[in-house]
Amino acid sequence: MYSETLIDHFQNPRNVGVIADPDGYAKIDSPVCGDLMEIYIKVEDDEIADVKYRTFGCAAAIASSSMATEMILGQPLEVAEELTDAKVAEALGGLPEAKVHCSVLAASALHAAIQDYYAKHPQSAKAEA
Amino acid sequence: MSNKSRFIYLDHAATTAVDPRVVEAMLPYFEHSYGNPSSVYRFAGQAQEALNTSRRTVADILGCTPKEIVFTGCGTESDNLAIRGVAWASRERGNHIITTPIEHHAVETTCHQLAEHWGYRLTVVPVDRHGMVDPDDIAQAITDETVLISVMYANNEVGTIEPLAEIGEIARKRGVHLHTDAVQAGGSLDINVDRLNVDLLSLSGHKFYAPKGVGVLYVREGTPLLPIQTGGGQEGRRRAGTENIPYIVGLARALELANDDRESEAQRLAALRDRLIAGVLGAIPDAFLTGHPTQRLPNSASFCFQGIDGEATLLQLDLAGIAASSGSACASGEAEPSHVLTAMGIEPRLALSSLRLTLGRENTAQDVDDVLGVLPDIVRKLRALSPLYPMPVSEA
Repeated sequence: MYSETLIDHFQNPRNVGVIADPDGYAKIDSPVCGDLMEIYIKVEDDEIADVKYRTFGCAAAIASSSMATEMILGQPLEVAEELTDAKVAEALGGLPEAKVHCSVLAASALHAAIQDYYAKHPQSAKAEA
Repeated sequence: MSNKSRFIYLDHAATTAVDPRVVEAMLPYFEHSYGNPSSVYRFAGQAQEALNTSRRTVADILGCTPKEIVFTGCGTESDNLAIRGVAWASRERGNHIITTPIEHHAVETTCHQLAEHWGYRLTVVPVDRHGMVDPDDIAQAITDETVLISVMYANNEVGTIEPLAEIGEIARKRGVHLHTDAVQAGGSLDINVDRLNVDLLSLSGHKFYAPKGVGVLYVREGTPLLPIQTGGGQEGRRRAGTENIPYIVGLARALELANDDRESEAQRLAALRDRLIAGVLGAIPDAFLTGHPTQRLPNSASFCFQGIDGEATLLQLDLAGIAASSGSACASGEAEPSHVLTAMGIEPRLALSSLRLTLGRENTAQDVDDVLGVLPDIVRKLRALSPLYPMPVSEA
């Protein structure tokens, strides 16, 4: 049912935790199944300098959170903003149809945290544009 | 922890392995005595004889007459036949059915279909926090229109054993038929139909070491029942279709074997169950036993763990070589918390964390200890990932 990559991220999730004074933060509930993801980002020079998360949910939700944060850590904000649920699912070696909403949760939470960063930092390039 | 390559099966409520003695009893009826029991020539007599013997064996264990036994294709079919069969046959007399919110889907969905499409009125009586039905609630729900009460014997998710004998006494006084889904109880609890005061009782072979694809419905003499599968006159005109002789033989043999050492095996399993429950509750904080603390199936232990998702726990256990089950299954795409747990008043997110461990014949104390060796770490690890544990102050 799950790929080896997904199992690896489930068993050894990357970037787990919280950031005490994040530049951006979001907490998103999955409307589908009650999963919940909380994500914190630190931004330096318009790059994701640090990212941490905690997720309540199934293996696919946990692995999607882990993979999504790994994919954007150290990336410029504009690259991070391009991350989609489909890219997360693909990086995980695919998701069963019934679990696609788990990758949606991870991507949505990340985008919400970036939006939160822009809202709190109106001087940033994106907010001025 | 112990050797990782070991496989520990703790999902006997889902299904069981077929006992080799059962396979042996079945084998002659595939290639050799394959006759159709409805045929008249002597060769078919072997199949007829096997059918009669099996029916007698099952009847003896249930404490009824052989003609009160109907062999079916599975437990779900038995439930369907009992509910729809009595409801249809009693339509002139009334249109009211009483059931509980913790039934297996085979009962629940059948009752709801009768209500939604066929004009029956359904009363779903509540259960308490242990999943127990109050017989007084049943008594109060009965009206002149009531034709059937369906209450499961023992719950599949939390193991709670319902007070059937009391409910049956009430039903009989009021002239209402009582059906019980005894699928989880078969092979481990007393299924004597007179002691239970039931008029209809469903069993499924694969829960007690017979193969999948064969079930039983006990129908007390005089109970009105229209067949839902129509055709030939098999099974006393209650279930058309050529009898599945090898599987019926297997079911009877398996029930006989289970019955032979039922009490000692129940005692052995209850001791393992209690060791498991004590171990889990002792080692894991914010863990709760679901179901009744004492009135529960001897092989069933079920829990909720604050802050984590049941499916994640299952996969971690699977990776450690342990097969278990959860009330929640996010795999359906719409993960609804278990209807059983929410009916017991467990809040939806806690219900999503449920874990069910059901023991069986091959399990040993070592299996229990191995589970206790890995489960606390699994829960700890998943909680470290969870934004719901410890509960944020704002939500606590």
